[in-house]
Amino acid sequence: MGRKLLLEHINVPGINTLAVYREKGGYRAVEKALKTLTPDDVVEEVKKSGLRGRGGAGFPTGMKWSFLAKPEGVPRYLVCNGDESEPGTFKDRYLMTHIPHALIEGMIVSSYALGANTSYIYVRGEMMPQIRILERAIEEAKAAGWLGKNILGTGYDLELYVQPGGGAYICGEETALLESLEGKRGNPRIKPPFPAIAGLYGCPTVVNNVESIAAVVPIVNDGGDEYAKIGIGRSTGTKLISASGNLVKPGVYEIELGIPVEEFIYSDEYCGGIANGKRLKATVAGGSSVPILPANLTLKYANGEPRLMSYESLSEGGFATGTMLGSGGFIAFDEDQCIVRNTWNFSRFYHHESCGQCSPCREGTGWMEKILHKIEHGHGTMEDIDLLWDVQRKIEGNTICPLGDAAAWPVASAIRHFRDEFEWHVKEPMKSQSTNYGLANYANPIEKKPEEVKES
Amino acid sequence: MLKVEETQPVEFSSALLAKFDEIVKRYPEGKQKSALLPLLHLVQAEYGWTSVPAMDKVAEFLKIQPIEVYEVASFYTMYFLQPKGKYVLEVCRTGPCCLVGAEKIMNHIEQKLGVKEGEVTADGLFSWRGVECLAACGFGPVLQIGPEYTFYENLTEQSVDQLIDDLKNKDLRQ
Repeated sequence: MGRKLLLEHINVPGINTLAVYREKGGYRAVEKALKTLTPDDVVEEVKKSGLRGRGGAGFPTGMKWSFLAKPEGVPRYLVCNGDESEPGTFKDRYLMTHIPHALIEGMIVSSYALGANTSYIYVRGEMMPQIRILERAIEEAKAAGWLGKNILGTGYDLELYVQPGGGAYICGEETALLESLEGKRGNPRIKPPFPAIAGLYGCPTVVNNVESIAAVVPIVNDGGDEYAKIGIGRSTGTKLISASGNLVKPGVYEIELGIPVEEFIYSDEYCGGIANGKRLKATVAGGSSVPILPANLTLKYANGEPRLMSYESLSEGGFATGTMLGSGGFIAFDEDQCIVRNTWNFSRFYHHESCGQCSPCREGTGWMEKILHKIEHGHGTMEDIDLLWDVQRKIEGNTICPLGDAAAWPVASAIRHFRDEFEWHVKEPMKSQSTNYGLANYANPIEKKPEEVKES
Repeated sequence: MLKVEETQPVEFSSALLAKFDEIVKRYPEGKQKSALLPLLHLVQAEYGWTSVPAMDKVAEFLKIQPIEVYEVASFYTMYFLQPKGKYVLEVCRTGPCCLVGAEKIMNHIEQKLGVKEGEVTADGLFSWRGVECLAACGFGPVLQIGPEYTFYENLTEQSVDQLIDDLKNKDLRQ
């Protein structure tokens, strides 16, 4: 059994209440931080822990915190990003539903470290039940003196509020989230200035994912060095993985970073294998934005070594043969799934969610959706596949925010690894409407490193 | 749930305005526009949709221009700019849910209710639509129903039938 830092008490009845959460050692981190550590000490522990942003980008949290500007007389803000909308990702919902106080405790300690006296938890509007749960938890914590004025008699004040979104994937991008929190459309801002300099209301702001903030609690309790001992290399600590798709046991799992992908998919401790006795065809390892990989490259590198669940190992091989850990949204496709149909589905998603500011993304995502719709429905040509490649390439890197890249990568990787399935749709338009391409050779052992796909 | 025509002026109840006041307190002086999204959710919960007169009233309350409200309400997918059924079944249509049968569920709902996506049933009770990822991929197919956004997971055709029948009965009792 791997160590659990966030979900250790998930099955304890009443863990969503302050009383039970306290019994299980909750709010120790607040006592320790506020009474025995300076804000800089807390930042230092988080730096030592090697914690990397759990929302998808994987940027070191401690470093992000250390960039926060601290001009005299200007308020600073901590904003928690609970706009979880990346297809395949549902860990934050799980955490907020079952252990809301883990997030509240993390918010108090983190706000203290950053010198924020007002903090917001931005939760996507569709999660109204979770918003209610968090609001209740905040009330409980406030009544018990963990929030409000002069917390634990230390002179530190903190007000914590939950802000609902309005239904927009783009608001998971931190500057779009800040715009939304200011009551505007969720259009990402041009950076610089980064939020650490000019964020919410133009003030220095840190935006962190729900899971990152919850992870600050065990880091403060046990020390950053202890946290860093878990995991592998620069992928320290534990990570919540949201497992979905054709698995025996989909759900949220806390893993120690570095376990083999094969173990995660097939062991009974985690997903328990592919549902209905089918075989694995492909996976998307870190949420819909990361490259899709065929089964063989999911389990092993191109050189045959086993692939691990870590930031570095999942990206081994670059975009030619690797993918990314992203937000930990692990989607498994069985042999009956159609890669073209799924790619079309994802492209429709990005087209729907593009904010419309940048032409390459606004127009390009629409083109991709249309071309993929055409191929999927048996009207595609070989030129369409090349056009699709061309369009995705012209979106990537040409937009204000990463949504453009996120829209391009799934298309690029689907063509890179599953081109024969796309071509089959073109060559067998009738057949492709009634049957699937199947597993094909996507699970075959890799004998030699595939040649890198030429990009022109 | 009160229905209002677009031309009909709207007066917010004092209970609703009290909630508005409570929310505005969350933000610093002069930043009351931050309350816009939460306020629109409250308006929609009260009236079933966000009409132009209601948005104008929200603008007045927040001391901002009406256009600032319209542009926000039209950007975010959760705000209905037209009247909908009393119960709007919002089914996740994104990748992971489709791997486990979301498309079948949507077809079934369309047949069961006898209306196309976005339309309202003759009795005014139901609408349905496909929405993008609801962050519940491990429990798919899923749907949600506002204004409380109650979640229904691991849907089957039978469980959807049951749900729709339950909502109909619940409405008869009211």
